[in-house]
Amino acid sequence: MRGRTGTTDEGLSPLARRTPDGPPPAPTVQRIRLRYTKRGRLRFTSHRDFQRAFERALRRSAVPMAYSAGFTPHPKVSYANAAPTGTASEAEYLEIGLAERRDPEALRRQLDESLPPGLDVTEAVEVATGNFVERLEASEWLLRLPGVEPAEAEKAAAAFLAAEAVEVQRMTKNGLRTFDARAAVAAIGLAPADAALVGIGDNTGTDGADDVRTGAPCAILRLVVRHATPAVRPDDVLSGLRSTADLAPPVPAEVTRLAQGPLDEQTGTVTDPLALDRAAAEVGR
Amino acid sequence: MTVESVFPRLEALLPHVQKPIQYVGGELNSTVKDWDSCDVRWALMYPDAYEVGLPNQGTMILYEVLNEREGVLAERSYSVWPDLEALMREHGVPQFTVDAHRPIKAFDVFGLSFSTELGYTNMLTALDLAGIPLDAADRTLDDPVVLAGGHAAFNPEPIADFIDAAVIGDGEQAVLDITDIVRAWKAEGRPGGRDELLLRLAKTGGVYVPRFYDVEYLADGRIGRVVPNRPGVPWRVSKHTVMDLDEWPYPKQPLVPLAETVHERMSVEIFRGCTRGCRFCQAGMITRPVRERSITGIGEMVEKGLKATGFEEVGLLSLSSADHSEIADITKGLADRYAEDKVGLSLPSTRVDAFNIDLANELSRNGRRSGLTFAPEGGSERIRKVINKMVSEEDLINTVAAAYGNGWRQVKLYFMCGLPTETDEDVLQIGTMAKNVIAKGREVTGTNDVRCTVSIGGFVPKPHTPFQWAPQLSAEATDERLTKLRDSIRGDRKFGKNIGFRYHDGKPGIIEGLLSRGDRRVGAVIRAVYEDGGRFDGWREHFSYDRWMSCAEKGLAGTGVDVDWYTTRERSYEEVLPWDHLDSGLDKDWLWEDWQDALEEVEVEDCRWTPCFDCGVCPQMDTHIQVGPTGKKLLPLTVVNS
Repeated sequence: MRGRTGTTDEGLSPLARRTPDGPPPAPTVQRIRLRYTKRGRLRFTSHRDFQRAFERALRRSAVPMAYSAGFTPHPKVSYANAAPTGTASEAEYLEIGLAERRDPEALRRQLDESLPPGLDVTEAVEVATGNFVERLEASEWLLRLPGVEPAEAEKAAAAFLAAEAVEVQRMTKNGLRTFDARAAVAAIGLAPADAALVGIGDNTGTDGADDVRTGAPCAILRLVVRHATPAVRPDDVLSGLRSTADLAPPVPAEVTRLAQGPLDEQTGTVTDPLALDRAAAEVGR
Repeated sequence: MTVESVFPRLEALLPHVQKPIQYVGGELNSTVKDWDSCDVRWALMYPDAYEVGLPNQGTMILYEVLNEREGVLAERSYSVWPDLEALMREHGVPQFTVDAHRPIKAFDVFGLSFSTELGYTNMLTALDLAGIPLDAADRTLDDPVVLAGGHAAFNPEPIADFIDAAVIGDGEQAVLDITDIVRAWKAEGRPGGRDELLLRLAKTGGVYVPRFYDVEYLADGRIGRVVPNRPGVPWRVSKHTVMDLDEWPYPKQPLVPLAETVHERMSVEIFRGCTRGCRFCQAGMITRPVRERSITGIGEMVEKGLKATGFEEVGLLSLSSADHSEIADITKGLADRYAEDKVGLSLPSTRVDAFNIDLANELSRNGRRSGLTFAPEGGSERIRKVINKMVSEEDLINTVAAAYGNGWRQVKLYFMCGLPTETDEDVLQIGTMAKNVIAKGREVTGTNDVRCTVSIGGFVPKPHTPFQWAPQLSAEATDERLTKLRDSIRGDRKFGKNIGFRYHDGKPGIIEGLLSRGDRRVGAVIRAVYEDGGRFDGWREHFSYDRWMSCAEKGLAGTGVDVDWYTTRERSYEEVLPWDHLDSGLDKDWLWEDWQDALEEVEVEDCRWTPCFDCGVCPQMDTHIQVGPTGKKLLPLTVVNS
């Protein structure tokens, strides 16, 4: 029962007088923004899990990363606004700093191959603009509610929209918190029919059986939520649907983020956050 | 007959449990083979949480060895936490594999690897969740063969009621041999049913099938004898030993989990076995002889493994890694090769006397130098002679001085409490040693601010060691001794503040002792604990001493023996020990002599560097020591890409 760990052990000593030998790390010469997904059973990946997996994929595919200085250099990666554990996503974003220039599309392909199926890198654009995180104003979500009649879900959504405010509660690290879930919602209603299985089906190749969804009714709601403080999550909206319209799905809802980016208030749609960088790349070409 | 995945049913439960990612599989380098095109199918379980079980090298090696074979399939399973267990029971979801989420009951062999006895209750949970009868006697042709392996399987008697068979020693070749026997039996149409399959396994002499042995007890509770009850079943079952590790370069494709686990590194076993002869160390005794992997073999495994995984750290594993005959060239070669790639090296389990500061510098070439760990195990020179840990305090102080002089600021020391013949004075000397370490550190660095952490565990006597006859120290006496030590350290004004003190109370050690040296009668205790809700006994937050003790009272009622009888009682030379019919190769008379030497404080050398002292393993198992040096070096790798 005795733990024998390594000969070296981190922490404890504030007294380290040595500095790393050799020259300082190479500077960042190019930054690339990537869009990636969390699909199928890999939607249960937490953000920390994803970070480790991504940084290992960088090593396996020998991406020439820029590193921070110090005894434990970290590759320069910044993550934006990760989806909660258990929700699928078609639109997660991160940014990496490279010590050597690379073609964004070639890099995308390389990383996508190195990551497990379900964690897919779908876009790569060289960074030309700042304030990326501020551009992520809102998210568009798809909520699949197996066992719920579409008409019932539609009615609940209407009741939610009609309410002035919808108080919900969530357990946080600092205890139970009560807040309004209504104000942040820009749109909610039945999704168009073609939205059926985006992001949910298990396409990771081994448990093929679970894509067979037959017979039972299944409502699909489309939801657009502004990124606010406190953050309103799809779960909070579901609690709101329960409290305003008694909507109680018999099994957990399957939630997918379809997009995040600038919010077009007029149409209630979320637009492409990489559009500005892409346009700049076109000009540069 | 295709077996359906339970994933759709499991998936609906996952939003309600902690860390669901641990149950979904899909790890990099994991393998899912087609069920129908394989005729022998193994479910391999490490009966602890995923975060502990996934990095387990044994399971990973067997998984790969089996899956490499045509027509053979192996999938992995781990213990589910109580939150998921409750939901699985409520919704009728069976114990599953994480690879293709197939139910355990559908497999031919259900192999469990026990690094520690504290996984026994988790095995019962898994069997029950799988719908497999807990009692081996109740199983039918529809149930897999439940097979135990790992170090704890060297005394499988406490779980004899629950397992169909056990294998002791190295598993690589053994699982392939078992596969062949299962395949032939299935191809013949499963003649003679389960019984015949087990008999065929038992007759090899390398698979222990408890049901084919009767245990007779004496009136005083001791074992009279253990007798085979079938013709053709051998009196003793041999351990398996793999020779030439270079022929077994596994894992080649280590699993890379998405979930966080306890060891996140590329591990390479640089040698197997240890002949240092520390008398408390079961691993050192049962894994003899020493077999080194060559420096070039290690270099290749590291290179391929890093490419396959992307890990940022390489762990050079063994029971005493600095003892590899070419350790200096290995560490320097690897540090040179991966200097640019920010790959760290670690060397778990190093000895004070084998340690050299150049080696440590190489390991931390560009890393922080904060802490070094040594295991003197005993506080006094006298007790170190008893346990045959040949380290003098002078060695330790010299090593520590070199470490502080090279930039380290913290030394961690591991000890045991409750060693045979130990007195309060032996334990109090631990404090003295720590003070001397601090004093030396201050002298070398010229600052008062150096740290020494003392970490103490309770000693548990183990089967197949010279201490298998020894009385275990009671939990109360252990706690009392440790309290005295703590008070003497804390009370020291000059050094007390610089010494950290970590210890475990003596209670879990008593239960571990009961399970380690138990016999078949202890099975009733394990079952009672499981039925009372006992799970994850290796986890402090789940372990319940009171539950174990009250279940032991019930389980052992009428046997005339109790927990003390199994733990704090000293055994005599003529006593038949529960594991005597399991042959680790060690000659029982040699172990007894070594036990007598311990009591007389006589040390024994390491047979790698001195003539053989007849422990019995090599002639009994037809093996021999395999050590270098090969004289080869690790050349720089040619730069690929960019």
